[in-house]
Amino acid sequence: MLTDPATTTAAPAGSAVRTRLAASWARPAVRLSALGAVVLALVVTYLFTGVPGSLAFALEIRGRTVLAMFVVATAVGVSTVVFQTITQNRILTPSIMGFDAFYVLISTVLVFFSGSAAFLAADALALWLVQVVVMVAFSVLLFTWLFGGRRRSIHLMLLVGIVLGTFFRSFAEWMQRMLDPLDFQVLSDALFASLTRPDGTLLALTGTLVVLATAAVVPLLRTLDVLALGEPAAVGLGVDHRRVVLALFAAVSVMIAASTALVGPILFLGLVVANLAYSYAGSFRHVWTLPAAVLIGVVCLLGGQLVLERVFSFGGTLSTVIDFAGGLFFLYLVLRKGAR
Amino acid sequence: MIALENVTKRYGRQAVVDDLSIEFGAEGVTALIGPNGAGKSTLFGLVGRLIRPDAGRLAVDGMDVATTPSSELAKVLAVLRQDNHVAARLTVHDLVEFGRFPHSRGRLTGVDRDHIDRAIDYLDLDGFRSRFLDELSGGQRQRAFIAMVLAQDTKYVLLDEPLNNLDLRHMTEILRLIRRTADELGKRVVLVLHDINAAASYADRIVAMREGRVVADGPARDVMRPSVLEAVYDTAVDVREIDGRPVAVHYG
Repeated sequence: MLTDPATTTAAPAGSAVRTRLAASWARPAVRLSALGAVVLALVVTYLFTGVPGSLAFALEIRGRTVLAMFVVATAVGVSTVVFQTITQNRILTPSIMGFDAFYVLISTVLVFFSGSAAFLAADALALWLVQVVVMVAFSVLLFTWLFGGRRRSIHLMLLVGIVLGTFFRSFAEWMQRMLDPLDFQVLSDALFASLTRPDGTLLALTGTLVVLATAAVVPLLRTLDVLALGEPAAVGLGVDHRRVVLALFAAVSVMIAASTALVGPILFLGLVVANLAYSYAGSFRHVWTLPAAVLIGVVCLLGGQLVLERVFSFGGTLSTVIDFAGGLFFLYLVLRKGAR
Repeated sequence: MIALENVTKRYGRQAVVDDLSIEFGAEGVTALIGPNGAGKSTLFGLVGRLIRPDAGRLAVDGMDVATTPSSELAKVLAVLRQDNHVAARLTVHDLVEFGRFPHSRGRLTGVDRDHIDRAIDYLDLDGFRSRFLDELSGGQRQRAFIAMVLAQDTKYVLLDEPLNNLDLRHMTEILRLIRRTADELGKRVVLVLHDINAAASYADRIVAMREGRVVADGPARDVMRPSVLEAVYDTAVDVREIDGRPVAVHYG
């Protein structure tokens, strides 16, 4: 006969294994574990390879960087996914509310009125505190004004956010133009997101705030799934929409304020991370998409840092890489949306 | 019963629902008809606690809509709105599962699973369980959303224009289904309809609204009269009897 008995028996067994593999790969838990393994491998590689001198010293410095990346990835990943669910829009990040612009404005104002020397000499903790408090106060004010009252509208809030963001940005630019070149140099240096060697105290404080805010989101995971159906459906299913959304917005703004004050504006990363998480997690449920977004964020940050350090030998900043890659990805998202 | 007492809702100066007092939600099917802007959807929004009234009181089975927790009301009253845009990519099963949220808060029990299976079965969606919503036709999508509402297992079911964008076949299908859920499952269905003939043949009671007020209320035979319909729609409407049923003829 034409068929070889060996292949006829082997083929079904092989395809059975393959379908079983495919079936288990479809499970979010399996996918998340694989992602976790990648993160672990990256962390080990980053910490233990290419150590020029004392391992203990390298571990201390690098360990802090890795921790900062986990904190920032959590803040950016969680806040973006939550924000996108609330607004039912997958190409928005909380930066549309003017968070980044507001951070730039605060820093500019500080340099403008105190000069670069004082700005550099200022207590890092005090600076961080001022920025966090001002940013949280601003967003809470915006949320309660536009969403807490009788006429609660997410769209109105977004619109006001965009307008304010543009205003902050132009105002900061105008002030920057009047700075002397040295001050400007110092300022633009401070405005690049920098994740390496963060201050230990600030890292601990930021980490605490981000963990607390995330802990506030966790009990709402299943409610978030329902919010993805839109406000009318969620209300119909018994979700206290106003209360839940205000709580979520508060958590989002605390996370973003803390992490932005620690490392600088980096929200663009959220767009990339959230959308990758949706397609990777294989489930719309926030129990899966939120951790996926966080882990993918770590992969992006740590992977990017590794490439930057080991391949380009520090020939650039991580935020440039993220903005470039993120920009391309954003275009891809928009074009793909249009094609469908 | 769903009871409204002197309820008013204004947008700017215009009262969309104007000092309205009505009780509805008796056994069977109640149809809400009226021209665009008559306040039908606003009425649903008020009952479904999406819109807060400027004045008046609303109650469902004696529970004040303004003060009763939303999660409690969701166990007795389900509302399906007109356009249901879902940003997330959901399967039919995922969607129907959401109907159990008021009871399970997202942690499904065996009882919840039974309800989901029954709802899917009832709407003949068994073959589409794992299909994504964006892969369905308009009729199938509408059925999936109705299945979600049925899985919610509430006494009252409010449907806002469930026939929107459906062709003749799917329209009839959904109407029969609504009738069946009222007769077999004992649901008290209230729906907004634009097709007055559909309302006449499937509803036990027709409530006609205009400019935020009720202008006619009663069984089909009482409302389906040229004088009443003309007053509601400001258009000449003739009513003929075909096989013992009143049929409105409104095309010139």
